[in-house]
Amino acid sequence: MKILVCISKSPDTTAKIAFTDNNTKFAAAGVQWIINPYDEWYALVKAIEIKEKDTSAVIHLVTVGPADVEPIIRKALALGGDEAIRVNADSQDSFYVAAQIAEIARQGGYDLIFTGKETIDYNGSSVGGMIAEMLNMPFVGLANHFELNGNTSTITREIEGGEEKVEVDLPVVVSCQQGMAEARIPNMRGIMAARTKPLKVVEPAAADSLTEIVQFELPPAKEGVKLIPADNPAELIRLLHEEAKVI
Amino acid sequence: MSVLIYIDQSEGHIKKAALEALSYGSQLAKQTGTTAEGIVIGTVKDDLGSLGQYGITQVHQVANPQLDHLDAQVFTGILAQAVQLTGATIIIFPGNADGKTIAPRLSVRLKAALVSGAVGLPDTTNGFIVKKSVFSGKAFARVSLKTDIKIITLNPNAFPAVVSATDAKAAVVPFNATLDATKVKSLSVNKVKGDIPLSEAEIVVSGGRGLKGPENWGMVEELAKLLGGATACSRPVSDSDWRPHHEHVGQTGLAIAPNLYIAIGISGAIQHLAGVNRSKTIVVINKDPEAPFFKAADYGIVGDAFEVVPQLIEEVKKLKGVA
Repeated sequence: MKILVCISKSPDTTAKIAFTDNNTKFAAAGVQWIINPYDEWYALVKAIEIKEKDTSAVIHLVTVGPADVEPIIRKALALGGDEAIRVNADSQDSFYVAAQIAEIARQGGYDLIFTGKETIDYNGSSVGGMIAEMLNMPFVGLANHFELNGNTSTITREIEGGEEKVEVDLPVVVSCQQGMAEARIPNMRGIMAARTKPLKVVEPAAADSLTEIVQFELPPAKEGVKLIPADNPAELIRLLHEEAKVI
Repeated sequence: MSVLIYIDQSEGHIKKAALEALSYGSQLAKQTGTTAEGIVIGTVKDDLGSLGQYGITQVHQVANPQLDHLDAQVFTGILAQAVQLTGATIIIFPGNADGKTIAPRLSVRLKAALVSGAVGLPDTTNGFIVKKSVFSGKAFARVSLKTDIKIITLNPNAFPAVVSATDAKAAVVPFNATLDATKVKSLSVNKVKGDIPLSEAEIVVSGGRGLKGPENWGMVEELAKLLGGATACSRPVSDSDWRPHHEHVGQTGLAIAPNLYIAIGISGAIQHLAGVNRSKTIVVINKDPEAPFFKAADYGIVGDAFEVVPQLIEEVKKLKGVA
């Protein structure tokens, strides 16, 4: 069993969101970077759970980014995983990133490819499906439960207003969300072991980008809260009905 | 060159997300001087012809019961054929789980630029630029789509479903697509009990740790029911198993954008706000006047939820004329 887990870095969930260079670049100065939570809590931890049941399983991590993503991938290795691959390129868009990961996957011959359901910065929710198409593999998106029986997986995925349980033979690409696994924190042994785990750097494959971010903008600031006295809930209902017109 | 809209169906019914996509697609067609058509895959109980009122001229249907459940690979093959048949240059998907599962595959199959989470119509004055939500609702990006064929996935509830021609009927045209072998086999479907799925609800009443325990959710449910809305909760609440995981809204749960979000006993951590800050109107009820949620709210009551909410319920009953 060979598992590939796709890891992306993202700004910490509490990071202040601001832009520079005429609103064309994210203001990264002073920002704390983390493993994208969906990649870490759900995709990676699920892979670790599988390996805990089947010790012969091998977990590889892959990330696309310049050298400054290495602390993130080391942190992922501290949680678990046997080795990591960094594709030495700036991630230009989802298509470009998917093309890099698909190339790594072709060489590695994986049975399972896990991604998070989206990154918390770009919110594209696209890379998993793209990789699957590039590799001609089935894809199950927004999965919240995954079980393996030999060469067959049983996966629960989100659908409009509920869930669907599906059965797919390996190999398969799965994008993972809440419910998939319980978040963990790396222990000291893991952190020490991560230092010596192999981290291979490869140069990017030739690939196009199909989109480009022209400019960022921040939403208009809220006008400020209108406080209603606690002993007059009727006034709140009146405002919601007559002013906001939402009830 | 036309606009093709993927009409998502769930258990044979056309849902709100698909109507939003139809409205968006037909307005985009008007903007670019072309026509809008829809495609539906699988068998449907609802009247497809009446979807003409959302401004589309035709609905192509692959009415094969074997396609009632999604296999993204098979559906991508069908859509690629539909794009060829219609000559569509813009394809619209609803921003729900099925849209997010199919659109990336189709993007690769057609080598067509994909933007997901669109919040408005494209700017077509110079190129093709779509505004999308980024940083979990904390900012927007204007994204240029650089290929001839373009794919747009909408943000849920960002674009209203608009009836543009009340009596218009769309022609329902059977579409015989060649089908790839199915690899994803549907075993069972489990619809969330309750009336309105959270992702579709226009009013959401949400509770946090301030409610002290699952036994106190009766008033949250009652208020939601009276308002015709759904219930939600914060992450600590679902982590403590007071409420099911699918009710968790926030950065790592569901991101929602209802017209009205009522937060009861939720302090408003930045991770929670990321999931709800696209709500049109936010009401916060919290006994701590320093709760950060008040900064993101439109209306607030500083008070004890156990005193305030029952009174609110009485006031809503009066408004709705419920005894």
